[in-house]
Amino acid sequence: MRRAFRLRAIAPYALLLPGLLWLVLFYIYPAIQMFLVSLWTGNLGVGYTQTWNWGIYPEAIAEYWPWLARSIIYGGLATVLAFALGFPLAYAIAFRGGAYKNVLLFLVIAPFFTSFLLRTISWKIILADNGLLLGPIKAAGILPDDFRLLATPAAIIAGITYNFLPFMTLPLYVALERMDRRLIEAAEDLYAGPWRPQGTIVGILVGGVLGMVIGTVMSYGALTLGIPFAIVGGLIGTFLIGQAFIRVTLPLALPGIFAGSLLTFIPAVGDFVNAELLGNPQSLMIGNVIQARYLQVTDYPTASALSFVLMLAIIIGLFIYARILGTEELTGASI
Amino acid sequence: MAITAAAPSAGRATRARIGRSIDRWLLPIYVVGVTAYLILPVAVMILFSFNDPTGRSNLNWREFSIAAWLNPLGRAGLSDAVRNSVVVALVSTVVATILIAHIMFNISYVVVTVKARLANFPRHLEEAAMDLGANEWTTFWKVTFPLILPGVIAAALLAFSLSIDDFVITAFTSGQTQTFPIYIYGSQLRGIPVQVNVIGTIIFVTAVTLVLVTTLWQRRVAARDYAGSTV
Repeated sequence: MRRAFRLRAIAPYALLLPGLLWLVLFYIYPAIQMFLVSLWTGNLGVGYTQTWNWGIYPEAIAEYWPWLARSIIYGGLATVLAFALGFPLAYAIAFRGGAYKNVLLFLVIAPFFTSFLLRTISWKIILADNGLLLGPIKAAGILPDDFRLLATPAAIIAGITYNFLPFMTLPLYVALERMDRRLIEAAEDLYAGPWRPQGTIVGILVGGVLGMVIGTVMSYGALTLGIPFAIVGGLIGTFLIGQAFIRVTLPLALPGIFAGSLLTFIPAVGDFVNAELLGNPQSLMIGNVIQARYLQVTDYPTASALSFVLMLAIIIGLFIYARILGTEELTGASI
Repeated sequence: MAITAAAPSAGRATRARIGRSIDRWLLPIYVVGVTAYLILPVAVMILFSFNDPTGRSNLNWREFSIAAWLNPLGRAGLSDAVRNSVVVALVSTVVATILIAHIMFNISYVVVTVKARLANFPRHLEEAAMDLGANEWTTFWKVTFPLILPGVIAAALLAFSLSIDDFVITAFTSGQTQTFPIYIYGSQLRGIPVQVNVIGTIIFVTAVTLVLVTTLWQRRVAARDYAGSTV
């Protein structure tokens, strides 16, 4: 009896051990190593010495903050867009998928069976100035001849959104699929109707702000995208979103939203492939700087310092985000 | 999101009708649209594997040709890169750096996805199983695991696809070993040969076939086991 009790007490730690050990060996240790490298001075020719040059941090931030800010904006926008695209998809698969659930899930993941690079190069072909997308539109005279998508921030954000959409969709699906659908029926029995007028207002506000931010970042002008986004948001809020959705489905999907946005945002901020293949020299992200500093210039200290700053920024951001979404209480509570 | 039915007002019937048509039309159309969007780049890749391979880079459509398919490894360095990729993917030694890095970044994806499933897990079911005399092991496999299975499957899909399609991680950990994605990245500046699309298509079709075959096979085994257990 006593022995069984003791076994039960150590079981959780024993289960944690392999993963933790792996993390300590291959994450904590390299992170410390990277931190030490960031405080080196020297170059590949004369060799590096550990000089504890703390000044590299303010220097690196002062020099590269535009790249850092751009990465966070691009990554954040791509995460929001992936959520907007992925949530209805996950919802449809989880609630209306029926017999096709697994087929649809497989289709969501299928793009991964080709290389990330090949897919991004395909986007290069699709988004080219007279490519598959813009060619017909320009021929029809809807857009001017000098309009372009490739080599603009729009293409980068679109590329990141595309590449990380499955990371958003799968956790959302996992959270929604588990939901007890009788709760929605119960809400409707309790007179949960359409969400008006709040839905209309919230929709217009969310759509408008998102459109204005995207319009500004992609330099199409805040209102050019703000107004259409506000109209679409208002329509969605008025006709598609009901009280049952706001009060039941959305709160229960929060763990999935949290997981999905982490899995999208973190790799999106550090991504350098999309910015390199789809962007222009003025729209590079911090990942490009780190990659160039590390692999081409062999300026290991700056590359390490920037990586460390990026990691800290993401961790701090995550803590704030977790606080706002309140997932700790959500995941901690047991029904 | 057809949650607009059943309101105690005059427009109830209209709203129910709108709700039904959303269910019937809007969601399926949306799903087909997004799925098409997800598959589009793969389709473009396959299409461009039939491009005439004489040009400098494979970004503009020239002419239909199967020349690259007849000689898929006919570019310097490509066969080595493909062989290395296959080796890394299939038979990498347990301690290889690339493999360690892969497990490393996959852990986080698996944990986060499975945790989304475990949130608000109905603990009373586990307690009920134990009350009925099951030990921890049985409880886990008979109650907990089946309930979190969709999360585990989603996580496994993520991890597998991330691993088969490495680039960033391999770029920093591989040293001199050139894998297929590294080859693409390297030739990207000079112009990608059509053969890259051919290899990409072959990998895609092989992986899809493998997954489909294993899934069908597992389903058959599961069905047989189930039939056996009910007798």
